[in-house]
Amino acid sequence: MPVMNIKDFSFTYPGVDHPSLKNINMKIRKNKITALIGPSGCGKSTLLRSMNRIHDLYPGNKYDGIIELLKADTQKMENILDIKKENEFIQLRQRVGMIFQKPTPFPMSIFDNVAYGLKIAGIKDKSELEGRVEKALKDGALWKEVQDRLNKSAMGLSGGQQQRLCIARAVAVKPEVILFDEPTSALDPISTGAIEELLVELKKDVSIAIVTHNMQQASRISDYTAFMYLGDLIEFDKTENIFLNPKEKQTEDYITGRFG
Amino acid sequence: MEKIFRNLSLSSASLVFIILIGIFITLFLASKDAINEFGIGFITNPNWNKEISIEIDAKSSNETIKNSKVNEIEDFNLESDLFSDEDDIMIDDEDDIIIDEDDMLFNEDIKTTFTDYGALVPIVGTILTTLIALIFALPIAMGIAVFLSEIAPKNIAYPIGIAIELLAAIPSIIFGMWGLYYFAPIIADLVGGYQVSLLTAGLVLGVMILPFMAAITRDSMNTTPDVLKESAYAMGATKFEVIKDIIFPYSKVGIIGSIILALGRALGETMAVAFLIGSIFALPTAINSPTISIPVAMANNFGEASGLGESSLFYLALILFVISFTIISIAKLYFLKKAS
Amino acid sequence: MRLLINKIVLGLSTLSALIGLAFLGWILVTLFIKGLGSFHFTLFLNDLINGGLRNLIIGQFILAGIAAAIGIPLGMVAGIYIQEYGRGKYAEVIRNLSDIMMSAPSIVIGAFVYAIIVVPTGGTSGFAGAIALAIMMLPIVINTTDNMLSLVPRELREAGIALGASKYKVIIDIVIKAAKVGIMTGILLAFARIIGETAPLLFTSETSNYFSLDLTESFPSLTVSIYDLANEPEQSSRDLAWAASFILTVLVLTINLAGRFFTRNKKS
Ligand SMILES: Nc1ncnc2c1ncn2[C@@H]1O[C@H](COP(=O)(O)OP(=O)(O)OP(=O)(O)O)[C@@H](O)[C@H]1O
Ligand SMILES: [Mg+2]
Repeated sequence: MPVMNIKDFSFTYPGVDHPSLKNINMKIRKNKITALIGPSGCGKSTLLRSMNRIHDLYPGNKYDGIIELLKADTQKMENILDIKKENEFIQLRQRVGMIFQKPTPFPMSIFDNVAYGLKIAGIKDKSELEGRVEKALKDGALWKEVQDRLNKSAMGLSGGQQQRLCIARAVAVKPEVILFDEPTSALDPISTGAIEELLVELKKDVSIAIVTHNMQQASRISDYTAFMYLGDLIEFDKTENIFLNPKEKQTEDYITGRFG
Repeated sequence: MEKIFRNLSLSSASLVFIILIGIFITLFLASKDAINEFGIGFITNPNWNKEISIEIDAKSSNETIKNSKVNEIEDFNLESDLFSDEDDIMIDDEDDIIIDEDDMLFNEDIKTTFTDYGALVPIVGTILTTLIALIFALPIAMGIAVFLSEIAPKNIAYPIGIAIELLAAIPSIIFGMWGLYYFAPIIADLVGGYQVSLLTAGLVLGVMILPFMAAITRDSMNTTPDVLKESAYAMGATKFEVIKDIIFPYSKVGIIGSIILALGRALGETMAVAFLIGSIFALPTAINSPTISIPVAMANNFGEASGLGESSLFYLALILFVISFTIISIAKLYFLKKAS
Repeated sequence: MRLLINKIVLGLSTLSALIGLAFLGWILVTLFIKGLGSFHFTLFLNDLINGGLRNLIIGQFILAGIAAAIGIPLGMVAGIYIQEYGRGKYAEVIRNLSDIMMSAPSIVIGAFVYAIIVVPTGGTSGFAGAIALAIMMLPIVINTTDNMLSLVPRELREAGIALGASKYKVIIDIVIKAAKVGIMTGILLAFARIIGETAPLLFTSETSNYFSLDLTESFPSLTVSIYDLANEPEQSSRDLAWAASFILTVLVLTINLAGRFFTRNKKS
């Protein structure tokens, strides 16, 4: 079952005459990991950043087509490209979280980092906050390492810990989807492994879209894979089909490293 | 060659050290007469260039002591005379070839009058003008900085940013002239009182530090990485929340540093204030009454004063130097520690 | 509620930006109207004694020029020490002191120069004024040099050293070249700053109504004369002060813009 459904989607940056994404059709399925792969500049980040409309922080972008998001209570799909009001944007971003390439700990304590999304969502009760922060840190596989220094600055954590903190922070608000843009490309192999395990663990609760340059990573953890090239979606299928039995020549060339 | 160059650069760098120490020592030596004469009480003494008669014979002087304040000051000075050693008076005689009339009287031991100098008025004037300037400029500068770094679209923020930076470069004397002839009359109409006053001087000073403060505050805010802001937005934060929870905490050190830098500028600013403060050695009785600040007292009286008067001006300079040096260095050391 | 607060705060911030800009616009408009109103080409041909500004403008340039001739080389070399040679505490101390000195009140520097030069030599002089400005310029140049050199990647220095060049050669031939544009800009901005200074000149160079190249005497200064003229009761003097202010501002802004233009051109 899809939680997000992208239909005939095109996207154009301001001041650029040709679209950076053309006619994309794909789905993000519930409780699955969907990987976006493709050479640099093909539009993976652009697509991902459309899915929570973080693009709209900067004016002048042009969207075409439809991106639907499943509304949990009514089980209806709603087009997020229709959103215009500030409060709707806020709700969208609380439902669709995002993790960036570089860890982005906020300049505050570890506890406050994780509690941040909860606080702005209006949760004030201290014991509830504490409970949910602990839960989120456990979900983020970070609790053991930080439980006795929750009030220390988050800047003091290692890169891998910071990234897991950001994941915990995103998980804390119980989003339906989390978008990951190359979340491990700035990390060492051990931290990378920890985060991969974490993602597989997390998909019980959320649906995941992840951009990655690491073919092994995509094949290891994802259920579906989309291969993009120059703003087009070339192929979208179950991960094993993409890697073992690609239908398109370009896909095959790319995953076998014969690209160029 | 390597060695020569290295030593050359070392000595140039040391020049900074030497100049700063030199300033301190020079000001100290030049104000020694005043320091010996008035001691630390200089700071709390509200008189300046005031002839004070000493009551030897109750009816002999016209300016008999009427209030206890003058009395106290006299006592203090008489006391310090008793304790001050001969040396000081000797130095007076040697150094001041042209002896001030007042000093003459003073030294000749007739001691019917002497001239009293104190720093209270200019110190109060300096602090109050700076305070008014900060109260006025701080919120507006923050507003401009937030507007430039977060609200305005790039194609508006860029030219406005440059305009603000250019305005920060306009010589302060221009602000003073504009303030005197165009701004002060309006304020005086609104608030009443004199056109030259604490209030108008403080406000013009505020206008002067405004672009500087806004520009450097914006620069500090801009050091916040975009991803950090994006990840807060990605959690559903509003712009205000991103500013409050991410940008301000992230660039806190820089912002406070900017404010303190602006404060330092305001404290030592001469020209923007000189036109407007009134240059009267009197404690302000109201926000719209004229007074004087340390830099203005120096600007208007140096070169004309001699003897104890000149020495007192150097004492003022020393006080100003120590105050601004302390403020800036405390800030620097404190914030450097915090930043690391 | 959150959205309301958000709107209010953003509105206030935009409003204060408008207020600030309105003030600054007011000053500029005043300056242009009054300045252009009293501006005449003959101001450049006559000295102050004949109602012109020629001697003052030239004098101000000479004062700032000498200050730059002293302050720039010293400041650059000192900046090089801090960034390239200084290891440990001493360089850090100098860096901090220079930073502090940058914000030292300019009138105090005037008083310092008054005590060490004007008093011993028996009177105000162009030389004293230039020294005061040089002292003001020194820390700015140090700071710029230090900052710009710190932006040069370490690999560049290592590459130079690896080719067998000595350290000072690497600094002069490679590092300075790489940081040239930034340093030049900083220096131009520093020059724009000191050429508009009044306070350190008030009792060091003073000013003069006559044309002069004699640095041992009171020296014509545009800024000091603006202060004098603006405080005179006659309207004609004030008009002249406005014209002088206008010229001074145009000068300062031009140098400033030149610096920025320079950086932008080189970057692209
Ligand atoms: N802000 C922008 N304005 C204009 N064009 C942009 C902007 N950001 C990206 N692009 C262009 O859009 C295209 C897609 O960029 P995008 O960042 O989505 O690629 P990507 O697949 O994420 O690449 P990478 O793997 O390097 O992260 C590129 O051609 C890029 O140059
Ligand atoms: Mg990308």
